[in-house]
Amino acid sequence: MKMRFRVISLSAPIIALTISFGLSSLILLVIGKDPYETFRIMFEYGSTGKSIVSIINRSIPLYISAIAVAVGFKMGLFNIGVEGQYLMGTLVAAYIGAQFSIVTPIHILFIIIVAVVVSSMWAAIAGYLKVEKGIHEVISTIMLNYIGTGLIAYSLTTLFDEPNSNYDLPRTAELPETGKMPSLNKFFNIEDLQDLHGFLAVAILVGILYYWLVWKTTLGFDLRITGSNPIAAKFSGINPKRLVVIAMIVSGAFAGLVGLAPLLGYFHRYTIDFPTGLGFAGIGVALLGRNHPFGMAVGALLFAFLQRSAQILDLNDVPKEIEKMMQAFILLIVVVFYEVIRRFIVKQQIKDASKRTDE
Amino acid sequence: MNLAIKISNITKTYPGVLANSDVSISVNSGSIHAIVGENGAGKSTLMKILYGMIKPDSGSIQIFESTANMSSPKDAINLGIGMVHQHFMLAKNLTVLENIILGIDKPLLKNIKLSKYKSEIKKVMDLYSLNINLNQYVDELSVGEKQRVEIIKVLYRGAKILILDEPTAVLVPQEVKELFKNLRELKDKGVTVLFISHKLDEVLEIADEISVMRSGQMIDTVINNNVSKIQLAEMMIGKSLPTPPPRITSSEDEEVLSINNLSSIDEDGRTVFKNITFKVHKSEILGIAGVEGNGQKEVVESIIGIHPLDTGEVVFRGKDIKKQSTRERLESGISFIPEDRQLQAMIMDMNLTNNVIIGRQNIEKYKSNLGTVKMRNAAKESEKIISSFEVKTPSTNTLATALSGGNQQKFVVGRELEDDPSLLIASQPTRGIDIGAQSLIWEKLRNSRDEGLSVLLISADLEELIGLSDRIIVFYQGKLVKELDPDKVSPEDLGGYMTGLKK
Repeated sequence: MKMRFRVISLSAPIIALTISFGLSSLILLVIGKDPYETFRIMFEYGSTGKSIVSIINRSIPLYISAIAVAVGFKMGLFNIGVEGQYLMGTLVAAYIGAQFSIVTPIHILFIIIVAVVVSSMWAAIAGYLKVEKGIHEVISTIMLNYIGTGLIAYSLTTLFDEPNSNYDLPRTAELPETGKMPSLNKFFNIEDLQDLHGFLAVAILVGILYYWLVWKTTLGFDLRITGSNPIAAKFSGINPKRLVVIAMIVSGAFAGLVGLAPLLGYFHRYTIDFPTGLGFAGIGVALLGRNHPFGMAVGALLFAFLQRSAQILDLNDVPKEIEKMMQAFILLIVVVFYEVIRRFIVKQQIKDASKRTDE
Repeated sequence: MNLAIKISNITKTYPGVLANSDVSISVNSGSIHAIVGENGAGKSTLMKILYGMIKPDSGSIQIFESTANMSSPKDAINLGIGMVHQHFMLAKNLTVLENIILGIDKPLLKNIKLSKYKSEIKKVMDLYSLNINLNQYVDELSVGEKQRVEIIKVLYRGAKILILDEPTAVLVPQEVKELFKNLRELKDKGVTVLFISHKLDEVLEIADEISVMRSGQMIDTVINNNVSKIQLAEMMIGKSLPTPPPRITSSEDEEVLSINNLSSIDEDGRTVFKNITFKVHKSEILGIAGVEGNGQKEVVESIIGIHPLDTGEVVFRGKDIKKQSTRERLESGISFIPEDRQLQAMIMDMNLTNNVIIGRQNIEKYKSNLGTVKMRNAAKESEKIISSFEVKTPSTNTLATALSGGNQQKFVVGRELEDDPSLLIASQPTRGIDIGAQSLIWEKLRNSRDEGLSVLLISADLEELIGLSDRIIVFYQGKLVKELDPDKVSPEDLGGYMTGLKK
């Protein structure tokens, strides 16, 4: 019977995808483009070897960001500040990581730890403000994003700027070779393509860790019951204040990893064109994947696929903004259908239970 | 006399709750009719059905002697029914006039002719002798005036039947007087008033007829000239004396819980409870009687550390536990059955196995050294509870929300009695559940008591309280006013102490 409900649950994202493709087709028709042809080029371009590597690389930070958001969601906490948290963590880690050189695994581990600590401390501020001053975490994390952006802009041009650089724009010094993460190309025997980020391995581990933490540990159990019924959680002996701070710190710790795939695998330094917006994109992926480690992986890959494959559209005279609209359609529709399905399952269970009672 | 409302055999169930069970009531046109009952007796469900907000499972409604099929409040309004909610539905940054015409759906995009509305509303106000300054902002009004605006609002919409949901709960005594004056005026002009309350004094002052509800059922309707407050109180809380099997074992001298001089003051400086002192012995059920809102709920919540304390000691098995967290207290052998199982005791969208762990997340049985949850133990335990407490459910994987109220409650009681606690605090352990589940829970509580458990029982059900308790203490206005022997006290006397009539 559990199996039956699983199958029904899966139908929601599939329905949402179908409808949003339909709606996007309508819009393409309205602006006089052939939807079939548009999607065909997108899929064709999106499935080339180069694109596949690019999609996987893009999905890594998206996935980790979604996990950071999901930790909060699981207990009904909205950490909108993953954006600021990962940027702060990445900048500091990039700066400190470039100051010295030791053997690669230790060097990378060190950079990871710095990023995680900085990001989780930044997130902890919002936790503290909520618990001690009653400031809603949505407000405080948004504000902290702004403050973080300002701090980053300031410190990148002063303290963290590469000394004696001929480069016009501010940036940190390059990580030494030992601080660069090796690609997985050799491991997967990929030739003639760009690097497949080694951080993929970390992302997979993070997914497993997240699953273990939320579904297997007592801490995760406390998070989940607080998320679905905070009053019962309190009566069960949970200290809600303590849990809020812990959840923010854990969420921030995951956020610290978001920027490391691009940092360690490609940019090797923090520059002003370092990718931003990953923290916000993670919110969408977490919603789409229903905070489930596997669902979010699919969501991250899907969004990465749309982003990548949309790049071909401009060359074919189709506005590539259609991709943003598709993402939005998917999110909107999927949220509705998840709720519809949830209600259906509850009704079904009530029916089953009353059948049992009548016997 | 004509009937304004005739409700016949209404039944409404929610998952887990029988809210209204075969309820019938007739309300005379042009009368003030009160419906009284404790919280959760089914009054609000009945009013929501009458106002078209929810549909009954079965039964019929007649308004002014013709059958009414309502599917929304709009239908109810068209039939002449108006409702004044306990929490006002007013926009405070608009004037009284604007609030009254707000939502009238005629001139959607036309110019709103304020003066026209104004004169119409004035007519209504004059007719019913209701006074208010139409140009004032709602923000500036007193609570009583806001309520008057709500009343004018529904009368202006043509209401001939006025439902007032706990109208005096928010008012000060002078405003209550004013309201009653207005209601009598309305009655003289032929308006039917349905007055929902649990304040018996007020009901006796204003109502022509009084209907009493208890646990989803209509107990009786009486005419207000041959009924006393005590009789009403009995009807509200149930008067039939139970015949419990005589107790064979007896309480022991050992004090398991000792409450000394407990006081609590809320943020507004109001006394929640004051100087509470009592003891619970081993193998004893101590019953706490009191009308809701007299501090007893807060006292027991402070024993497990949910409600804050200002002064006093909570001594459990010889140790003051006042400084301990809720978790430490629960793990040291105190079990708690909160009064609202769906809100406080269970996670409705989790399955039964998960629900076993609630409140016990950190004990060794369910937590491994790695910090992981031992689901297998929880599943075993939930199987055990399901069989020994006769919980009717398809499996341990069923969501809590899918169970009936009685089965949910049996499961909660089973959970709280596992692992042999030293003290069980049971708040309304059988409220709103079927008789079968109720008698099973009673039996389980008695058996556990005989095996040495101490129980602190809070109940609004006097039958339960007298039938189960070894001693009864009574709370009134935040104070412990009396200790009684359940074998010797009559429900009349108990009701008298609970309502402050006897001292």
